[in-house]
Amino acid sequence: MPGVKDKVAIIGMGCTRFTEHWDKSVNDLIVEACYEAFEDANIEPKDIQAAWFSTARSGELGRSLAYPLKLKFIPITRVENRCASGHNAFIDACYAVACGAFDIVLVCGAEKLKDTGLPIPGNSDPADLYTSRVDTRFMPVSAFAQLALRYFHRYNIPVDEGRRILSKIAVKNHYNGSLNPKAQFQRKITIEDALNAPIIAWPLGLYDCCGVSDGAAAAIIVRADLAKNYRDDYVLVKGVGMSTGFYQAQVQDDWSLTHIEENFRAANMAYAEAGVKNPRKELDLAVVHDCFTIHELLIYEDFGFSPRGKAKEDVEAGAFELKGELPVNTDGGLKSFGHPIGASGLRMMYEVYKQLQGKAGQRQVNIRNQLGLTHTCGGTPIDSQTAAVAILGLR
Amino acid sequence: MVGVSAYGVHIPIWRLRRELIGGGPGERAVAGKDEDSLTMAVAAALNCVDDVDKSSIDGIFFASTTSPFHEKSVSATIAAVLDARRDVLTADFSGSLRAGTTALKVALDMVKAGSAEKILVTAADCRLAGPGTPFEQNFGDGAAALLVERDAKIADIEFSVHVYDEIYDLWRRDVDLFVNSWEDRYVYTCGYMRVVKEAFSMLMDKTGLNVKDLAKVALSIPELRRGIELARGLGLDPKTQLQDPLMDTVGNTGTAQPLMLFAAALEGAKPGDKILMASYGSGSDAFLFKVKNGLKTPIYGKSKVASKIANKKVLPDYVTYLKWRKLVKMPEPRVDMSVSYPSATAIWRETNRIYPLHGVKCKACGTIQYPPQRVCTKCQSKDNFEEVRLCDKKGTLFSYSFDPVRENTPVGLVNLEGGGRVFLDLTDVEAGELKIDMPVRLTFRRVDLRREDGMYVYFWKATPIRD
Repeated sequence: MPGVKDKVAIIGMGCTRFTEHWDKSVNDLIVEACYEAFEDANIEPKDIQAAWFSTARSGELGRSLAYPLKLKFIPITRVENRCASGHNAFIDACYAVACGAFDIVLVCGAEKLKDTGLPIPGNSDPADLYTSRVDTRFMPVSAFAQLALRYFHRYNIPVDEGRRILSKIAVKNHYNGSLNPKAQFQRKITIEDALNAPIIAWPLGLYDCCGVSDGAAAAIIVRADLAKNYRDDYVLVKGVGMSTGFYQAQVQDDWSLTHIEENFRAANMAYAEAGVKNPRKELDLAVVHDCFTIHELLIYEDFGFSPRGKAKEDVEAGAFELKGELPVNTDGGLKSFGHPIGASGLRMMYEVYKQLQGKAGQRQVNIRNQLGLTHTCGGTPIDSQTAAVAILGLR
Repeated sequence: MVGVSAYGVHIPIWRLRRELIGGGPGERAVAGKDEDSLTMAVAAALNCVDDVDKSSIDGIFFASTTSPFHEKSVSATIAAVLDARRDVLTADFSGSLRAGTTALKVALDMVKAGSAEKILVTAADCRLAGPGTPFEQNFGDGAAALLVERDAKIADIEFSVHVYDEIYDLWRRDVDLFVNSWEDRYVYTCGYMRVVKEAFSMLMDKTGLNVKDLAKVALSIPELRRGIELARGLGLDPKTQLQDPLMDTVGNTGTAQPLMLFAAALEGAKPGDKILMASYGSGSDAFLFKVKNGLKTPIYGKSKVASKIANKKVLPDYVTYLKWRKLVKMPEPRVDMSVSYPSATAIWRETNRIYPLHGVKCKACGTIQYPPQRVCTKCQSKDNFEEVRLCDKKGTLFSYSFDPVRENTPVGLVNLEGGGRVFLDLTDVEAGELKIDMPVRLTFRRVDLRREDGMYVYFWKATPIRD
């Protein structure tokens, strides 16, 4: 099956700090991220032939990107796939470049959440699907909490023990974030901090939940054969994958709620394209969608980093810590880097891009196989999700 | 003979101790924050016709002074929940606390006249009184339902009398939130005691019965002391003949009270017993029932009334009650989570999946799924389903959590017996009680919308099976 492997290259990236940008509008954030990318790629905005703009709520139409940057009359697609929007925009842009439609395009994700809270239709309001409004409303945290309880139940993990395992993921991601000047939370925490924090939705506490933030990130991508014209250390797209559920977890009464099928499928689609057989051994790092700590725990299993039911043993052993066997969320993850919905996918690629180029500073991991994985996932595990994966590499 | 074939009651799980509201013995029943007279009537109706073929019901009546709607029929909502036939006569009765027994009279006479075989009569009230008043202590929230049938299975109607009375004793204008009254000695002597006695005496005269012939008398009782005073005045032995008015446990449930007390009387009755029921409110309706000879007792496997009284949770404080009844205004969240208004057209379109909680069963693979689908979630057959009623199903709690932006309302995925999964709010339960796979049943409640746009909407919630 023809795909994008080695046909598309990233030649420039930009990412704002993710935080509470009280003094910046979404347009400010877009300009900052995109101009960092333009400078990194050493191109002018007028070189861009087409663009993809990812946002869940902070804009509409392609003009939300054209206006701040003054991109003039080029094709711009606005992409909304909730938390997977950034990956979705990136993957669509890759397809467009790989098929030869364009030589050089911009992908930008941006979100401004802190002016209004988190007004995401659907997240707080599943009744968007059912406008009668009778159906149960819930926040994503309540969905992931149900996933956690069912997972603990399935593997006979006492809830207190489960909470302690999850807290180790939060501690790891906060540690990584403490090394990252662009992270929202740059503070280390302890297991006790996590366990003693206020409960948000039992069994998940404050530190099991990612930050809500403002931010933007951008990538310039070109046909691979043109990449060397821009820089030597360009980053290739090795494989992409996407999978969307169909409310199976809510409509099918035998859906187990102990894994996330969409993540499993998206990862395996990307592995197949990238030729990854043993992700735990072959990947140098993974930056994944830890919106809640339980999600990261299950990603270890769905992505083949850990055997089913055994992720906790790898967490205990520190396998996914910065100096571990397979570092995960080296930049702090959603947990401490923050989560401006539409920007997060490109932020993950920014981290892998910098790591592959050896520019990750104190967080630099050992690049042996020159492969890194990025992943976002929108929706909730008690209904259905869209998961998207992009594997980037140097070779 | 025409009479009563089934009964049902609903007493909310919540109780308010009277010592929290100015003294008095015991406690009163309080509707949960997601309950109102509509939901309580639905619960009593389902409790009544649980094992009755719903398509055999010809009429559904609702009586209340506290219908959530001045204009919109609650009896039609009950009919929708029951999957009643389209040609069922529905009617809402109101105007006074006598409305429950007036509805019963109409049902009895319609069946007697042959225009219906079975009529379900429901009554519910959730009355508000000024905070700190004796009314607030004496009122209780609850509902009752009776199934009237041509060939009665529990008790035959022998006679009834009806007295009207024009009086300002208790009233609530169209603009009032709380019940008003005149000075209480006037209210009880010139109103309640005089008028109920008039109806009672009329019934005894016309039937030629002696007070001693009555096994039990179920009286509307606004206040315990006055009720006992009235019973004595009627020549009854309050200890043996007066049905316990449940004032210490439930309170005066308004239009539902005489029907609920009649149900309680039936639970303690023997075949052949004569039971008198009398209501009060702008007059009085009095009925003489005779318990069927050969009636097997207990009528149901277990007591419906006693089990609902025993099944209780006590409110921690008075403020909770005030919040639930919206008598104190709570601060609105600064950030509204972009919640939209309910759509009347969507509710209309989805009537079957909302009110009787219909799901679908795939004719190809047998998978039961909710909400109804066009394409099967398992085998992808298109438009190849039969609708299935799910609201009567028991289930288990597959997983659960809490919604932090709705005061930690518990929510959970419920797997229904026989198949089907529904994601629902959980109600009448505290966090510590929840367990994976615990047995639950479904209950029809008002949805707590952040934005109502002048509508109340209703849906099912899950609650632990406690009895």
